[in-house]
Amino acid sequence: MTPVLVALGAAVGAPLRWWVGQRLDRPALPWGTFAVNVAGSFVLGLLAGLAVEGHALALLGTGFCGGLTTYSSFAVQTATLGREDAGAGARYAVLTVVAGLAACWVGFVLGA
Amino acid sequence: MTAGLPGRLALVALGGAVGAVLRWWLTSTWDDAAGTFPWTTFAINVSGSLLLALLPAWAAARRHERLTLLLGPGVLGGYTTFSAASEQTRALLDGGHVALGGLYLVGTLAACLAAVALGRRAVAVLAATAASREAS
Repeated sequence: MTPVLVALGAAVGAPLRWWVGQRLDRPALPWGTFAVNVAGSFVLGLLAGLAVEGHALALLGTGFCGGLTTYSSFAVQTATLGREDAGAGARYAVLTVVAGLAACWVGFVLGA
Repeated sequence: MTAGLPGRLALVALGGAVGAVLRWWLTSTWDDAAGTFPWTTFAINVSGSLLLALLPAWAAARRHERLTLLLGPGVLGGYTTFSAASEQTRALLDGGHVALGGLYLVGTLAACLAAVALGRRAVAVLAATAASREAS
């Protein structure tokens, strides 16, 4: 049952991430990937704060938030930005990581 | 042949589901215990970043947009996770493991960027080898 819920959650989260990326990502700054990573971190923090577990966590956390967010595209886009302008790459990376952690923390506090 | 928007969304959904289940299987087999360095998620994010950088080396993926969508934003996007890395860092910091949390946050970023650099280097070397083979 759990893997089916993970698959279902990701089957919603992953295409949503791709669609947002298509709409918002610019070569100068991948705002779409930034937005989904921060939003997904917020939701997962909220779920942790609410102490959601079991089947609901598999569907919404491991599946949806895991599918919505991506480290691979974030790393590749950071490297692409950094190739043109090392400072821009570093700023994008630090901004994403710090905003993701902060959003997760806010979600956790709101949920707890 | 290119797919329409619904077809593209379906490919990313299918790939994302496969990648996420693989991540779930790995993290439930090798559980990232609370208060410890989350090695399994770390390994997933680093390996997924390496594979995404390597994807253009595969001729079939370069030729077929649908295969690229299925494997890139699909499988590898669903396999890797930014939200779990944020939540694990938050939990480590919240639990008083400040050094470990900081190490995990910075270590994941550094290792994933190094994996992408390595993957791109490999793609460039493979492309140069293929070009010189064609020229001779």
